[in-house]
Amino acid sequence: MSVAGRDIAAKEIAVEVRGLDIAVHEASGNRIPIVRDISFAIPRGEVLALIGESGSGKTTIALALMGYSRFGADIAADVIRVGDMRIDKMSRSELTRVRGRRVSYIAQSAASGFNPSRTILSQVIEPLLVHRLADRKTAEARAVELFASLALPSPETIGSRYPHQVSGGQLQRVMVAMALITEPELVILDEPTTALDVTTQVEVLKTIKLAMKQSGATAIYVSHDLAVVAQVADRIAVLKDGTMCEEGSVEQILNAPASEYTRSLMAAAQPEARPDAQAAPDNVLTVSSITAGYGRIRDGMPAKPVLRDVSFSIRRGAALGVIGESGSGKSTLARVIAGLLPAAQGDVMLGDEVLPRAMARRSREQLRRVQIVFQHADTALNPAQTVREILARPLAFYHGLKGPAADARVAELLDLIQLPTDVLARRSSELSGGQKQRVNLARALAAEPDVLICDEVTSALDTVVAAAILDLIDDLRRNLGIATIFISHDISNAHAFCDDLLVLYAGSVVELVSRARFSEGLHHPYTRLLVDSVPEMDTGWLARRSAADAPAIARDAISPALCPFLPRCSQAIVGACDTEWPPRRERDGQSILCHRDWGELRPSGHGVQGRTTVMS
Amino acid sequence: MTGRIFAALRTLPASGRIGLALVILWLLIAALGPVIAPHSPGAFVDESVFSGMSRELWLGTDYLGRDVLSRLLWGARYTVFLALGAAMLAVVTGTSLALVAAIRGGWIDEVLSRSMDTLTSIPSKIFALVLVAAFGSSLVLLLVIMAVIYVPGNFRIARALAVNLISLDFVQVARARGEGTAYIAWREILPNMIHPLMADMGLRFVFVVLLLSGLSFLGLGVQPPLADLGSLVRENISGLSEGASAIIVPAIAIATLTVGANLLIDALKPGARS
Amino acid sequence: MARSENSRPAWLRIAPLILYRFASSLLTLFLVSAVVFTISGLLPGDAAQELLGQSATPEQIAALRHEMGLDRSAPVRYFDWLTSIVTGDPGVSYVANMPVRDIIAQRLPNTLVLAGITAVISVILALVIGIVSAINRGGKIDRVLNIVTLSLVATPEFLVATLGVLIFSVKLLWLPSISLAPDEASWTETLRSLALPVLSLTFVVVAQMARMTRAAVVDQLERPYVEMARLKGVPFRRIVLFHVMPNAIGPVVNAMALSLSYLMGGALIVETIFNYPGLASLMVNAVTSRDMPLLQSCAMIFCGVYLAMMLVADVIAILANPRLRA
Repeated sequence: MSVAGRDIAAKEIAVEVRGLDIAVHEASGNRIPIVRDISFAIPRGEVLALIGESGSGKTTIALALMGYSRFGADIAADVIRVGDMRIDKMSRSELTRVRGRRVSYIAQSAASGFNPSRTILSQVIEPLLVHRLADRKTAEARAVELFASLALPSPETIGSRYPHQVSGGQLQRVMVAMALITEPELVILDEPTTALDVTTQVEVLKTIKLAMKQSGATAIYVSHDLAVVAQVADRIAVLKDGTMCEEGSVEQILNAPASEYTRSLMAAAQPEARPDAQAAPDNVLTVSSITAGYGRIRDGMPAKPVLRDVSFSIRRGAALGVIGESGSGKSTLARVIAGLLPAAQGDVMLGDEVLPRAMARRSREQLRRVQIVFQHADTALNPAQTVREILARPLAFYHGLKGPAADARVAELLDLIQLPTDVLARRSSELSGGQKQRVNLARALAAEPDVLICDEVTSALDTVVAAAILDLIDDLRRNLGIATIFISHDISNAHAFCDDLLVLYAGSVVELVSRARFSEGLHHPYTRLLVDSVPEMDTGWLARRSAADAPAIARDAISPALCPFLPRCSQAIVGACDTEWPPRRERDGQSILCHRDWGELRPSGHGVQGRTTVMS
Repeated sequence: MTGRIFAALRTLPASGRIGLALVILWLLIAALGPVIAPHSPGAFVDESVFSGMSRELWLGTDYLGRDVLSRLLWGARYTVFLALGAAMLAVVTGTSLALVAAIRGGWIDEVLSRSMDTLTSIPSKIFALVLVAAFGSSLVLLLVIMAVIYVPGNFRIARALAVNLISLDFVQVARARGEGTAYIAWREILPNMIHPLMADMGLRFVFVVLLLSGLSFLGLGVQPPLADLGSLVRENISGLSEGASAIIVPAIAIATLTVGANLLIDALKPGARS
Repeated sequence: MARSENSRPAWLRIAPLILYRFASSLLTLFLVSAVVFTISGLLPGDAAQELLGQSATPEQIAALRHEMGLDRSAPVRYFDWLTSIVTGDPGVSYVANMPVRDIIAQRLPNTLVLAGITAVISVILALVIGIVSAINRGGKIDRVLNIVTLSLVATPEFLVATLGVLIFSVKLLWLPSISLAPDEASWTETLRSLALPVLSLTFVVVAQMARMTRAAVVDQLERPYVEMARLKGVPFRRIVLFHVMPNAIGPVVNAMALSLSYLMGGALIVETIFNYPGLASLMVNAVTSRDMPLLQSCAMIFCGVYLAMMLVADVIAILANPRLRA
């Protein structure tokens, strides 16, 4: 049987893999297969995406094309061919001559992939030098050319910087330059945009797509994100537990997935919008004019302010999404509400009761009513305690439950989070990622809180597991009437699960919007940028998406007296945005922090609300 | 717990098994030495001094014609038990202070950390000499001195562990729940420090044995008529030029104890069996 | 952010750090002096009583106390003592009845020679052993070296020294077992007399140093940038030299400095065994004779040298850090 599908039989095959098996050997002599019987072929100049969750073997397979394996795993295959090279038959020294010259690699985290103590330029030209393809001068000139074509700022001088002096998005582009500098036949991209914020991801994705097209190289694009892959790949291979579920053209996989697993992946990636909750009219939590940060507080202003004048309220049983990119202050907000970080100014009110700012001065009852579920279940569960101990403690602490009463309640809680009772005796190291997050959630529920703060609870989980956890939280808050604050960087998920959304930028609330208003598409310029940056599961999205508009007012740094989004805002008004703090504009169900009035705002292009309908 | 210990022992590499055997051997000798010793440690058993190994006197005689084997069996208890006691005392004190510093933070942490940094800037043997010169070297004093010298090292390690654990979310969860300091220290933090702390105590034990034997070798440690293993090396130093077993045997004995303990600790380190 | 960092020249960022580190070392040394003085000068009983013995009359003791300044308050005595140490004239040895300064001036150079030679040899050996085990980590060579260094770290100095004497001077008769080289001794004689002390010290110091070097290099080898370099086709030798070593300098130098503190402890034993006329054996004698002024001065010299080594290591680490250098 031919490994290449019929649709590519006519094209020239640049990369061919047949019968690939990869296994690790344990010290005890056991051989554990991590990848089994993988076969595929890529026509010259095309991009094959390897899609899968963690542990699916996608990176392992991609690295096998360089004859490289981690942890001493061994690679066995009938054929691994790149162009005229049989990678599977090569000696170590032959492989060294191929790597970085004819096959090159772009790593997920450019920040750790670059050597911190050498300049960018010296690392980018290193492949040319070690493979003796050019002298230093020619190599440097070539690098500067590439920097320019990858839209890096000041291409002539950026090379003399060290990796820590360049932003994450730029560094990722520098890594693309390093991979392309030897004009390889095959480029392996390992989740190149996963570590980036969504707004940065779009720009990097565009440059990568353009650069790959120009170089004419064949590529393997490793990712967990179908929507991203839809923009850059020609073909997709879906992997699960080291085996291939299906392989085909992008259109075929997206429009007519053959395997059940692919369908579940797609469903999980596109959450359906939930109906608004039947929330009671009374506010259970009110946050008014919170300013908080780190360092010494002087005149109500901390040395390093993180949150500025944050206000919102949430009704019993409602869900509020708090959206922001890394560093926007969203986790700090959770810590302030819980009292872990006392606010410098402003109040947190539980019902009609003003909570003391510092946790130490709150009563046990007040503490019980607000519970946080932390992002990383790995570190949120004490590794020395069993699940039973973890769940029993809040029951004893808040409700004085002991003995059989506590056991019965623990069993109920397990039932709520849909885990079998045999997990009770286990420690967190013996649970899967999803199970840990469920226990983490159950511990918060044990307190029977009025307010549940979920801090990025799904960001460390695979898509399918994450979707199940979100569904669970959604059901629980509806059934138990718990007001829920979802902290997230993913606006499409938050939109699907929350009644209201709060968008944070550099510590300020730039927009607070109800679900009904959201779908009208009139947003603060930053929300608009966020909405427009979420990739859709549609091959034309990246091409359709108009280039991000350039900032209207060039400005390097954020000034505390001006709108924090000003340096990136394409709709800024000269004479207003660069002179004074923006006003808060309010209308029913929406408020924004902007100099532009409702009528002057540019509506968002496509958007999150469109995404949920594209595939239906 | 015991099940886990047995599982760990079963996967122990050869070096670790040798280490374990040596440590157990020395613990037995320390406990039972006087019972199995053929002679009294002070008895003059032979006319000739520095006699070599023989069928009657397995390890020969010392500079006064006493039985080296018996003196070794008697002396081991001072070395082993003093070192065990000092290591435990150092770890309990250092860790308690470290927990206080890490949990309370602020000026308490500043003061404690600064003091401990100061003490670690005094090389351990130099520190020991100053302490012995000032206070003398009775057994109790030696125990306390050894413990004092190794408190700062343990403090540093324990504080680093505790600070690291405190930054983890499960401690934040406990704090947000409203738990008191004692609960957090005792139930959330300490159980996660036991393994590295045991390893550290093992290392401190090795250090104390070396330091104590060194002091005794210099004549500043255990004082006659008592004699630990280091004292045995010292009192027979004049036999060195004739290569007497009376000096080499106790020196090797100390090394088997410390090297054995060190091999065992290394083999029990997490990740050592990969 | 990157831009504002670049606008300041590198030395402006580095100089305050080094100054701060220097001041911090001085503060530590000051605190160490307080600890040493408290333990050896204040806490023990009455030095006058001890010098004069049980038969002395109270008047005699009082007179001597006054003469020695023991009747003044503790802080005054401490600051007098500190001044005398700082100005390089820490008084007269109780026992030898000679200025402490002169005694130390005689002995210090000998110890510096011994420590210096040992340091140079051990640093070179440790670098080689540490790097070789690191790049072969998990392999046969690494495992053997691990067991060897692990055992040597726990071996008492006097065992190494006595075995050395037994083998090289008793059995083979190659080297002298006592290193009292006369002043007019020839170069080769001096070196021969130093051979056994240096050998014994090196054995003990090198193991610790090599283990810490290995750990520092392994830590770097496991970073993602090393994998990236391999995937660029960079030969392994070049990875170690041009990628790993520049990042490992800081931790390696720190490891070296920490291990060299073992040198001082080791010197106590080794100088005593070989009757080497150095500062360490002088200090041991000072303890035996409870000669406090001499003991305090020796202790302060050892602590000062140790702190100075740590300072140098920190400064090198600061200079090697690209985040500060760039």
